[in-house]
Amino acid sequence: MARLLYIELIKTFLKKRTFIGFAIVAVVVPLIEIAMKLEGGRFLQSTTRSLQQDFFLVGNLFNGWLVSYNMMNSLWVHIPLLISFVAGDMLAGEATAGTYRLILIRPVSRTRILFAKYAATVLYTILFVFFLGALSIGLALPLLGRGDLIVFQRGILILPESDLAWRFLVAYLLAAWMMLTIASLAFFFSSFVENAIGPIVGTMGVLIVSLVIISIPVELFESVRPYLFMYYTNIWQKMFHDPVPWDALWKDAAVLGAYSLAFVGAAWGIFVRKDILS
Amino acid sequence: MSSDVILQTSNLGKHFKQRWAVRHLDLKIHRGDVFGFLGPNGAGKSTTIRMVLSLIRPTEGDVFLFGHSLRTQRQLALTSVGGIVEKPDFYLYLTAYRNLEVVGALHGGTTKRRILEVLDLVGLGQRAYDKVKTYSHGMKQRLGIAQALLSDPELVVLDEPTSGLDPQGMKDIRDLILHLSRDQKKTIMLSSHLLHEVELVATRMAIINKGELVTQGEVKRLLDEGEKYVLLSGEPKKKLELLLRKQKYVRRVEPKTDGFRLDMEFVDIPQLARSLVRNNIAVHAIIPRRSLEEYFLSLTENDGKL
Repeated sequence: MARLLYIELIKTFLKKRTFIGFAIVAVVVPLIEIAMKLEGGRFLQSTTRSLQQDFFLVGNLFNGWLVSYNMMNSLWVHIPLLISFVAGDMLAGEATAGTYRLILIRPVSRTRILFAKYAATVLYTILFVFFLGALSIGLALPLLGRGDLIVFQRGILILPESDLAWRFLVAYLLAAWMMLTIASLAFFFSSFVENAIGPIVGTMGVLIVSLVIISIPVELFESVRPYLFMYYTNIWQKMFHDPVPWDALWKDAAVLGAYSLAFVGAAWGIFVRKDILS
Repeated sequence: MSSDVILQTSNLGKHFKQRWAVRHLDLKIHRGDVFGFLGPNGAGKSTTIRMVLSLIRPTEGDVFLFGHSLRTQRQLALTSVGGIVEKPDFYLYLTAYRNLEVVGALHGGTTKRRILEVLDLVGLGQRAYDKVKTYSHGMKQRLGIAQALLSDPELVVLDEPTSGLDPQGMKDIRDLILHLSRDQKKTIMLSSHLLHEVELVATRMAIINKGELVTQGEVKRLLDEGEKYVLLSGEPKKKLELLLRKQKYVRRVEPKTDGFRLDMEFVDIPQLARSLVRNNIAVHAIIPRRSLEEYFLSLTENDGKL
């Protein structure tokens, strides 16, 4: 299995498409943080204008932690899109390139090939989310300074700086866990199409429809929401509650894990029976 | 199954939506054969080869490789098989060496020495570290054969290996097939729509039409069963026709627009040539027609019926 994983990693990380996401993040994150450095005061003022009527805010609330925290909101749509570029290409890319004919005639079970590919997808996803985190925090703290984190969630919460490093670390772990569900969905779509565009469009379609159902306050949708995995994708935000709602967090993580398993299981069911006609 | 039979299909069939692409197919390939697998376009050759290499699951029947069922012992069955299916596709952004490393890993690993050895064998040793996207079609075809040979398989399945190549490329591949058969003792299953190519290298063959087996056996025996005739053109035409009708060994003379079609044995061609020269006939062409292609065409033109 290690050998199969090694070749999947070679195939993945020697492909230019793999680095599109990294390149975009490497451009966008510094761009936003430099813009924040230049215009950040106004950003915080407009955010806290209503609060300043009732509260007297002291200290450096506009800092690297706040910008990094806001940057995590890209996890809703932008980062899933970039992850689906690679996860959606894992199987469909072989069909498009005709290389299924090269690899599936070997004395190795399709199950092992599929799981090597999924393992490469998992590694890519984790690496990508932590790249975002490392770049976002690593650049924001020296550039924008340090301080406590102000969080607006059903009120105002100010988390002390001494409490932030581990919260961000676990938040990014949870973000990676959540992104794995999205990567698994793209991987599932990838198992039954012959073109890598399909899984990307399919994944984004599911995300957008789910987000619409989740965000529109209509009673009709309320009974549906718990069955949508996107309903649990704010899991990382729970790390910025005080106290951290660990029970709810584990439950959400388990639901996301179950969805990932279901998507990969479905991909496996399709892949091992698939006729290679491309 | 005899130990000498290394590939056998048993009542093999594949049904796609509305039709059977292959049905009731019983093939036998013996150790040491260069087995030509012939059929017109759409006959079911590629579907059969995809089933043999486990890319497609049969709807009915089974494939046995070295006595192992592909349905129940897939990995064992494929251990000593290499193949190329239709056009050779590779990871274009990787070098030829890396591509073969990928293939080798799927066979449980390979050595750098072996990779370079097979690349040398197909004449790509000097381009081992070039990305495949810089390769010509002919080079990719040769790389396709290199990957098929990488694990030193006993059975090599080649699906249309000369497709899209220029005449020199075709000859190179043909020579390579003969080398693999004679010097490396490989058993080869070769499908091609270029029947002349198969005739030049195959020892046994099968013909498939509309998904069903038409015939299989030794090439020589099947050729002898085929139609034999000679196409002759020369001048003056009237005198030539009279002369031909007098020859006892010519069983039938049929005028054609640019000459005559003669039913006769090929052994009598020298006698015919001497007679024509003696009678001052200007001969433009004497063409014996008893090729695999003629045989194949006779089958396909008759809707696959002998």
